[in-house]
Amino acid sequence: MPEPMIEVRGLRKRFGEVQAVAGVDFDVREGEVFGFLGPNGAGKTTTINMLTGLARPDAGAMRIAGIDCSANPKAAQHLMGVVPDESNLYPELTGRENLCFCGALYGMSKADRRTRAEELLARFGLAGAAERRFGGYSKGMKRKLTIAAGIIHRPPILFLDEPTTGIDVAGARQIRQLIADLHAGGTTIFLTTHYIEEAERLCRRIAFIVEGRIVRIDTVANLMQQTEGLEVVQFFFANHVAGLCDAMAAVFPHLQCHAAGREGIRVESAEPVRVGPLVRFLEDRGAEVTEARRIRPSLEDVFVQVTGIEAAAMRQENDKAGIGGGA
Amino acid sequence: MTAWIVFWNILLKDVRTYYLKPPNLSWGLIFPLAWTGMFFIRSGAGRDSVLELLPGVMALSVLFGTTSLLAVTVTFEKKGRSFERLLLAPIPLELLMLAKTSGAILFGIANAFVPVVLAAFLTDLSGVAWALLVPAVVLIAVSSAFLGLFIAVSVKEVFEAQAFSNFFRFPMLFLCGLFFPIAQLPMWLRPVSYALPLTYGADVLHASVHQRGQMPLWLNFTVLMAFCAALFAVSLRNIRRKWIA
Repeated sequence: MPEPMIEVRGLRKRFGEVQAVAGVDFDVREGEVFGFLGPNGAGKTTTINMLTGLARPDAGAMRIAGIDCSANPKAAQHLMGVVPDESNLYPELTGRENLCFCGALYGMSKADRRTRAEELLARFGLAGAAERRFGGYSKGMKRKLTIAAGIIHRPPILFLDEPTTGIDVAGARQIRQLIADLHAGGTTIFLTTHYIEEAERLCRRIAFIVEGRIVRIDTVANLMQQTEGLEVVQFFFANHVAGLCDAMAAVFPHLQCHAAGREGIRVESAEPVRVGPLVRFLEDRGAEVTEARRIRPSLEDVFVQVTGIEAAAMRQENDKAGIGGGA
Repeated sequence: MTAWIVFWNILLKDVRTYYLKPPNLSWGLIFPLAWTGMFFIRSGAGRDSVLELLPGVMALSVLFGTTSLLAVTVTFEKKGRSFERLLLAPIPLELLMLAKTSGAILFGIANAFVPVVLAAFLTDLSGVAWALLVPAVVLIAVSSAFLGLFIAVSVKEVFEAQAFSNFFRFPMLFLCGLFFPIAQLPMWLRPVSYALPLTYGADVLHASVHQRGQMPLWLNFTVLMAFCAALFAVSLRNIRRKWIA
């Protein structure tokens, strides 16, 4: 088994009354894409900040490639690239200048950083905007350049904090492809995201973090085993009828029913679900059923089971915080 | 080599991005000219007053230029989170902050010589002890830059940086013996004067321009260096406590 590139034991951090990280333990293996999944305020960014040297833990141990991050953060910083949750390059510098400057911060020679900057600008489709100021870039372009800045020095470990938030679908696909390419090249990637589908697609192992604690950590394959035998059916309506979920739960106690948007419900059961009686039941209560669809259980279902947090609510919360788009 | 590349590139970026921008260049020229003109007209002594005013105008040019720009630029970068890029760079914080303050120090030194160039057209500067004046200007610029850094670490908003800078600068204007001898101040104000770094810098400037220093030179230089070291150390401590908390 490969040696852990990131080792975290008993990590804790408190901000005043808020226990942001409450005793977190995990390992990230070399060359692995590790997902850190949780709602806003779960402690994802605080954990990244402690690992990258932007925050000091109250307790616990962190090692990056065997280097004690608390005792020698600067040595560990040599090995890492960091893409923060907000694009934080210099608005008054051009795209090319920003990349070259970030390369210089890691001691890259002038020739090396220029070559690498050109390579990354081309790879991210930003070559045409290389001479434009970063402040004038669109949100998606800013995000891409921020990611390019995080990998300009070819770090063996990359911390990606919500990399696809706020960008369009095409941009998000491009970034996911880049993450896959970096992974194929052997980069260890620590990815935080609230897009569960994204984590499912990219990560080998995932940790669910809620209120500063890791509630489950496992491979995607093992997590998905939890949904074996689970049947999920989603019903869509042409009209809105209040109280359908409660009525259904009263009549069919073996079913778990959740609202899915304003005009839809989602039904889950560990037993086989017969759709016909359910459609009749719904129509008898005034619902105009337009579609009933069996859905393959996803990591989202595991997340809901493990954390008790509705994934849709988590997405809405994040979107309200101004980070839409993505997966 | 890595450290040097980082240092040089931070300095170069700051000089290009902030200090060589037309508004800051014009500030660097207009400010010393305005001070010179104001005191020149006020003194009513014509060209004879130029040498008398030179130390005070030089010191103020360095102080105002350096503290303002550094405090504002660091606060601006901190607020926009681009400062995090620097904190993530794998070089010691001390070197990082020296790189960040170097641009302001050079800007302050350049500001100080604007009134000197002007004075060269109006009076005879052959009596100036340059070997004293230049190190004094450098030390005033360093202590002012570190004061700017201290201010930047103490505030959150750019407007707070400006306001807090004035909290230090305006007392210095009147209490450091730049235009009024400290001996003429009320007795109860004099301890405040001696607690301000510019008092010692201004004394060396007076000694170098018209040979009228009040304190021994060794004392002035020692105290100035001590202020530089203390302000830098306190700023670093505050950065570690507040920004890498």
